[in-house]
Amino acid sequence: MSAELLHKKSIFLHRSTLVDTTKTLLLLAAIIWLLILGSQRLGYNWQWYRIPQYLWTVTDRGFTWGPLMEGLGVTFRITGISLVFMMGIGLTTALMRMSTSWAAQGVARGYMELIRNTPLLIQIFFMYFVIAPILDISAFRSAVIALSLFEGAYASEIFRAGITSIDKGQWEAAKSLGMGPYAMYRYIILPQAVRRVLPPLTSQAVSLVKDSALVSTIAILDLTQRGRMIDAETFLTFEIWFTVAAIYLAVTLALSGVVRLLERRFNGLRV
Amino acid sequence: MKTLRHLAIATLFILLAAGFGCSQQPPEQKTEKNGPAVAAESGSQLDAILKRGTIRVGFDTFKPWAMKDKNGEYIGFEIEVARRLAKDMGVKVEFVPTKWSGIIPALLTGKFDIIVGGMSVTPQRNLKVNFSLPYEYSGMSIVASKKLAAGRSSINDFNNPATTIAVRLGTTAAEAAKNFLPKAKILFFDEESQTIQELLNERVHAVVASNPLPLSLSKEYADQLFLPLKDDFTREPIAFAVKKGDLDFLNWLNNWVRVTMSKGWLQNRYEYWFFTNDWENQIQ
Repeated sequence: MSAELLHKKSIFLHRSTLVDTTKTLLLLAAIIWLLILGSQRLGYNWQWYRIPQYLWTVTDRGFTWGPLMEGLGVTFRITGISLVFMMGIGLTTALMRMSTSWAAQGVARGYMELIRNTPLLIQIFFMYFVIAPILDISAFRSAVIALSLFEGAYASEIFRAGITSIDKGQWEAAKSLGMGPYAMYRYIILPQAVRRVLPPLTSQAVSLVKDSALVSTIAILDLTQRGRMIDAETFLTFEIWFTVAAIYLAVTLALSGVVRLLERRFNGLRV
Repeated sequence: MKTLRHLAIATLFILLAAGFGCSQQPPEQKTEKNGPAVAAESGSQLDAILKRGTIRVGFDTFKPWAMKDKNGEYIGFEIEVARRLAKDMGVKVEFVPTKWSGIIPALLTGKFDIIVGGMSVTPQRNLKVNFSLPYEYSGMSIVASKKLAAGRSSINDFNNPATTIAVRLGTTAAEAAKNFLPKAKILFFDEESQTIQELLNERVHAVVASNPLPLSLSKEYADQLFLPLKDDFTREPIAFAVKKGDLDFLNWLNNWVRVTMSKGWLQNRYEYWFFTNDWENQIQ
């Protein structure tokens, strides 16, 4: 009886996979068909062959990266540094909000509400056109500061959720062992919390990569700004923006992939 | 059963999307492959405009080429040129304000029929659109900060790695800055106002822009800014831009420029908008 059921189930699974695949392929084909139809209707003159030179060139003197790839390098630098600051600011703010000092709580709360309820673009402009001239900060640094402050506010809520989700017994156990707050967070609470906050934190890191496109508005030569400049010179609008979007997609997918590996490792440790 | 329903819904959705896609199709457009030939056979954009009774004009606001007056109406040199063009064609004019960086894609995708926007002819732009004969010329100039660039009086004084220049992205000012100041550090901003802000904040030495903006800036902020060069350092042809492959429309525009120029009307209007301040009270 049970074997028969299993057999039936496997056939069913098999069939549904087939149907699923067919449906997906059909849908994809339909979307691609619509895209081709649309671009034909527009009468747009596609010139994809002009794109690779902006990614890389191979000459007699050897291989050189094109402007888009140089821009990607700047994007990596900005997001890399901001990511570290985002974690630091996020964790600090979360701990401040959970501390017993009302002043620390107030500061953390005020920062979080102020940043979370104003647009990032305005914050970047404010940092670059108002704060930076006074303190004489470079464009690159003001971009990093604005981005890490913005993403840090979101990260702090993620950290706070992760920490409060740890079972009350864990806190009590730590205290009953005579641990101080530092040891308690370091050895008991955070290792468990990090595992839980990893998925939402990944979303935040992906957001960071995408939000970094906004720093192009203060004349930083990141991937988006390079794309805008090439677009302005050549008017290969659709080709350039599809390419830039694909590069961002590749980067964020790679990032998610790396975190998935990390997660698997953490989950392995749990056993 | 469920699968069937899903399939039916998916099919319906695709049909709907396709139907919507088709309804978006402007009737006069052709695929690029056989575009020119078909366009010549079955009427050009010119016929489409005459049939519609309206010419749609794409432009962006640049003082004094095109700007808004106190009542929210568009005025300026380009606006007057576009109105005259429409009048001579015997159709109404519809203005479609468009951000400068997206103006050529908007033309190519049929948001309007023609760009009358003080657009300089460049070989790169010409690969994507067709230009008429030039109906005017514009020149690039430099406006510099008194504090950072005092005493500089030639273009070469700005061509060194220690100098920072701000320009508006996608303008010929950006190209001129790259060509004439290859050694300087150039910052590209989206809006003219941001370049001016940078200059007033004393974070860049100078702004390159087409006249008369540098001139009017140096007057407005006389204690902070000055004009290092006496004359414009480029002279760029300004022309109408239309889609590629429409010879009839281009021929009409070229001859319109010849006729209007020979009557002296273009020069007269250019002098009114660029060298007098008679229109200032319309915008303030």
